[in-house]
Amino acid sequence: MNANKNEFRTPYWRVVGTIAWKDLRAEIRGREMVTSMMLFAAISVMIFSFALELDDQAQQETVSGVLWVTIAYAGTLGLGRSLSAEKDKGSLDALLIAPISRSALFYGKMLGNLLFTTAVGILMMALLTILFNINLFLPLLLLVVILGCLGFSATGTLVASMSVYARAREVLLPILLLPIVLPVIISATRSSVAIITELGTEDWLPWIQLLIFIDIGYMALAFFLFDFIVEE
Amino acid sequence: MIVIDKLTKAFGYYPVLRGIDLTVERGQFVGLLGPNGSGKTTLLRILAGLSKPTTGRVTIGGWQVPEEIAAVQRQIGIVSHLPLLYDTLTAEENLLFFARLYNLPTSERADRAHTMLKRVGLEKRSRDLVQTYSRGMQQRLAIARALLHDPAILFVDAPYTGLDQDASALLDELLREVTGITEGARTAIMTTHDLRRAYNLTSHIVILSRGKVGYYDTTATLSVNDLPQIYATTTGAAAA
Repeated sequence: MNANKNEFRTPYWRVVGTIAWKDLRAEIRGREMVTSMMLFAAISVMIFSFALELDDQAQQETVSGVLWVTIAYAGTLGLGRSLSAEKDKGSLDALLIAPISRSALFYGKMLGNLLFTTAVGILMMALLTILFNINLFLPLLLLVVILGCLGFSATGTLVASMSVYARAREVLLPILLLPIVLPVIISATRSSVAIITELGTEDWLPWIQLLIFIDIGYMALAFFLFDFIVEE
Repeated sequence: MIVIDKLTKAFGYYPVLRGIDLTVERGQFVGLLGPNGSGKTTLLRILAGLSKPTTGRVTIGGWQVPEEIAAVQRQIGIVSHLPLLYDTLTAEENLLFFARLYNLPTSERADRAHTMLKRVGLEKRSRDLVQTYSRGMQQRLAIARALLHDPAILFVDAPYTGLDQDASALLDELLREVTGITEGARTAIMTTHDLRRAYNLTSHIVILSRGKVGYYDTTATLSVNDLPQIYATTTGAAAA
């Protein structure tokens, strides 16, 4: 028999939305990921705020580094849970035997992770605004946080799906993820510094453009790689 | 109908399946027996599209695995020793989630979920979180999830792991129901180490030994007392 591969598959975007919605609902109930991410992020920011006694100018230049280091580490903590919970309870197999595109499964998981990471990023912006006495609620900075979290979630979901099959996955995830996600963090940090210190467009625009380029690149890479990663 | 032709599977240099030839006709319930490492679960995972064969050919309902896997996945349901469910969702939410993934029509999803919950005797606990369920209840819900899209074929992988006697008896009854007695012909393959249970539930027995089919026959021609001896002779291992 000759079958069009997509004829039997559930529509792509329905799958993406259904998986993200399920993750959101399960997280709101269980609060396993976001609670640990937020607790870790809040404690890190508190430590930074008490450790760094800086003048106004230095604080403005430092705060974006604190923001992105915290998002990166707190995000790694959450991403580990995102796929390992599916694997441990066998539900990843239930998803893989459903007539859905595997890349749709990836984007669904990524969308869920993006929501959680962005929520942590926004909470960090609020905490840093209070503790460092600098207003971080700037529309452009919010855009950078969303773009940075998008790149982080795309690479993070991909790497977490690779490490989930490994025995020492808790150790392996940060070792694999942080070098790969470094271009995202650097672009996000540089554009954040330029926005917070109110530099000109020519100082932040190239970094934001680079961030968008990296995001698209990583998401496209995941589209092609995810099928091979979850294959035995 | 499931046709497996010269199927091999190796993990690295280690061969797990060494040339399986097997045909399962529509409506047959096959008990797949064999010691640990004989390739039972690997075979089921290949049939479900979770693992790719190294060589050989598999067709299910005329569709090739893994080339036409989406068409195959519409026809199969899986029950495993893990419930494949989400603890922090209710039973109803779990079924509705999978109903969306299987693209059941919006108007039918809720009805179908409730029908399945009723069938497995969980309708009164449908709004409870799965994490509050006993192991036996989770397995019953797993059967409801596997049958939600009304598959023609059911793969059952060591479903009795961790179940007490009462829960196992309930599962027996449910498997009998869904594989033929009350619902007509549904093809099923079940892996288990429990020879007596396999004999009582299934229509055919297949014993895998070192990645090959070592024995194949109908249960009607067998005596339950002969099965342990046949198993031991085929596998070289003591029967469970």
